[in-house]
Amino acid sequence: MNTADQYLKAIYLVQQQTDEPASTGRIADRLGVSPASANEMVGKLQERGLADHEKYKGVTLTDEGIRQAREALRTYCIIERFLLQVLEVEEFRAEARQLESVIDETVAERLDTIIEREPQCPDCFDAENDVCELLEADPEASD
Amino acid sequence: MSLRQPVSSDHQLARLLQIGVVLQEVVEARARKHLESTDDLEGDLEPLLEAAVERANSHRERLETLIEDLEADSVAYEDIEPLVEAQYQADQDFDDIIYDQLCNAETAYKFLDDLVGAIEESDASFGVDRQHLRTVLEELREAEANGVEAVTDLMEERE
Repeated sequence: MNTADQYLKAIYLVQQQTDEPASTGRIADRLGVSPASANEMVGKLQERGLADHEKYKGVTLTDEGIRQAREALRTYCIIERFLLQVLEVEEFRAEARQLESVIDETVAERLDTIIEREPQCPDCFDAENDVCELLEADPEASD
Repeated sequence: MSLRQPVSSDHQLARLLQIGVVLQEVVEARARKHLESTDDLEGDLEPLLEAAVERANSHRERLETLIEDLEADSVAYEDIEPLVEAQYQADQDFDDIIYDQLCNAETAYKFLDDLVGAIEESDASFGVDRQHLRTVLEELREAEANGVEAVTDLMEERE
């Protein structure tokens, strides 16, 4: 997943959590980057017609931005589910965050052919806990 | 500004190689299903699928050797094949099968290309020789590129 998609996903989730435009500070916190980096990327997303940034208010996604953010979130859900369901990784959330920049959506689509995923995905994603709310970790799962 | 994370540990490298193994197992299982479930394969589809099975098998073995060198476990084909089977749709025609093969080969190529890139960006030292690791992954990537070309050649012949 490329950097722009990770930002779109983060903005989408921050907006879901707060129900208002996302501040660049919260976007930066979510991604573990500096506010200056977040600000720069938000500018690029705005140039591409994917986000609107209003000073002192925050960032909102355009319709196309929302569409791409939901695609990115779906890819992320596939990675989490694959790690848990197929590789039985206990720390699947942490590992998904580490691996998402290396796993492209075309790769995720192939992994999707061997996992179970609900049709409402990604609406069932819990932004607070960074995991699909329908995904239950098996306590027996090992690393 | 980039969020791309270089591969930073043996654990992370082994995990990515495991994903590479699973992708090869998916390719192999899907190609085998196409061969088994279609009685009368058109044109050069049969040799193309047989070559895909052979390539996936050999690539999996090479990835497994790297995983073993990292003292990690691989993922058994027997664990993945039933997962492919569970979602496989029978009664596929030439276009379905050839498109599936194209996706398989392109996905394997893309994954290896991204993995090589992430390793190049990393300054971590791994439990396997870095030059050997790169050589293996680059050879596999080139073979996957040839696989993509074989599929697109067949598609062009069909047009």
